[in-house]
Amino acid sequence: MVHVSLHKAGAVPAIELTGATKRFRTPSGTLHTAVRDLDLTVAPGEFVAVVGPTGCGKSTTLTLVSGLEEPTEGEVKVYGGSVDGINPNVGFVFQQDAVFPWRTVLSNVTAGPRFRGVPADEAREKARDWLARVGLAAFEDRYPHQLSGGMRKRVALAQTFVNDPKILLMDEPFSALDVQTRALMSDQLLELWAGTGSSVVFVTHDLDEAIALADRVVVMTAGPATVKEVFTVDLPRPRTVEAVRLEPRFVELYREIWASLGEEVRITRERGAGRAA
Amino acid sequence: MPLETAPAAAPAAAPAATRSEVRERAARNRRNGVFAARAGVLVAFLGLWEICARTGVIDPFNFSQPSRIWAQIWQWITHGTAQGSLGEQIGYTLYEALSGWVVGVVAGVLLGIALGRIRFLADVFGPYIKVLNAIPRIVLAPIFLIWFGLGPASKVASAVVLVFFPVFFNAFQGAREVDRNLVANARILGADNRKVTLQVVIPAATTWIFTSLHVSFGFALIGAIVGEYIGATKGLGLMVAAAQGTFNAAGVYAAMTILAVVALLTEGLLTFAEKRLFRWKPADSGDGR
Repeated sequence: MVHVSLHKAGAVPAIELTGATKRFRTPSGTLHTAVRDLDLTVAPGEFVAVVGPTGCGKSTTLTLVSGLEEPTEGEVKVYGGSVDGINPNVGFVFQQDAVFPWRTVLSNVTAGPRFRGVPADEAREKARDWLARVGLAAFEDRYPHQLSGGMRKRVALAQTFVNDPKILLMDEPFSALDVQTRALMSDQLLELWAGTGSSVVFVTHDLDEAIALADRVVVMTAGPATVKEVFTVDLPRPRTVEAVRLEPRFVELYREIWASLGEEVRITRERGAGRAA
Repeated sequence: MPLETAPAAAPAAAPAATRSEVRERAARNRRNGVFAARAGVLVAFLGLWEICARTGVIDPFNFSQPSRIWAQIWQWITHGTAQGSLGEQIGYTLYEALSGWVVGVVAGVLLGIALGRIRFLADVFGPYIKVLNAIPRIVLAPIFLIWFGLGPASKVASAVVLVFFPVFFNAFQGAREVDRNLVANARILGADNRKVTLQVVIPAATTWIFTSLHVSFGFALIGAIVGEYIGATKGLGLMVAAAQGTFNAAGVYAAMTILAVVALLTEGLLTFAEKRLFRWKPADSGDGR
């Protein structure tokens, strides 16, 4: 991958959040600020991981970029254009299972192209291609409940990639999987992503995963979330998750970033304890 | 289920085969035992009833007895009823119940999904629907008789009002409680509002709707029967009313028995349709009902 600084010098960023703030009205009527005054820029083709304490508002950042939610204040731009509704260039992989349980695997993957008006034959062809790439070619007639959690996640990946998104938003996509499956899925994600040249924002609470995958790691503060620090991950690509973890530079980065992240985690935990008391 | 059968049979052929055979036999024995016990309960109940009636412990004039009920059913089958052949009566009642059920279900599903999806409609019509639901709707049957006369229309109408509400509330609830992730995913993948409704909300709500279909077919039968009971020219409800009018207790029970059989058969048909429709569901939750 090309270096980040080069992209910054270049033209329009893929994603640009300026002073983005999001407040929700809670059921009890009070206002809850999930994200405050957030500035973040993602270059085309860049892989950015966002880490932060649990419940700090990382996911909200993604929903702002996707257009599922509007910012209360500030601005969100995708390829220079203000986000207004759902952008067809955006793909979103959710934390929970979001494949349609009443559709077969193949039909789940064709859903996106079909929603967008692609003819059925062409959609099926594209879908089969992506199913083969995630290794599920033999399972196209199964229903999601007949698959394992990891396989369902692969269906979700194929379902997202088949739309050729220029921006890929991932909200703790692998957090429900066991450790080994998660490593496999991470490698598979890097492989799938490598050919596409799309930008990725990957939200996670797992620092290992963040460093192994990303070009830059963004550390968020305890909620309401804003950017605390940004670290550049200068590990060479292509990477495999298991191998990169053993490199001395990885450990160094881990220590550096954890020093920043750990503090926020502590703050969050103390708040939780204060609330419980 | 194909996941289980294939790998399980492969290793350790000989002992596994015998063990699975033993297990299969045990399961079969248990199944047979249940059937035998069920039949035993029925025989004991009918036998006790018959004996009590014959020995005069209970008054057969009021409570009748199984042999007389059977004789009554047999007479209806072979000689027809006072209103015409038995098949015609059953057909009439089923026709009324089924038409009422279809109309009630279609209206309930359409309105339920519409109100579940469109906030404004729900806010406007919500209170009215609550008020209508609070009325004991069976009292509308005499009004329908006045409006629509002795023919099937009045029975269809009372079946419709009984069916509509449970179906409506389930469809409404189903449309409201669709997994937000599924809706968000569909929208990101490119679905507009119409496609979200047709391809996400409706399939997701079918589980809820089907739950109400089971209950509501029973309601449709009740609507038709009560309507006939109040005033009709044909039908099972009329047979009950006629038997009651001539102090023919066996006739009332016989009509009830026929009704029960009809209800069970249609219930079986519904369950069959449901199994076909919900192949995408895990087997354990699909069979739970």
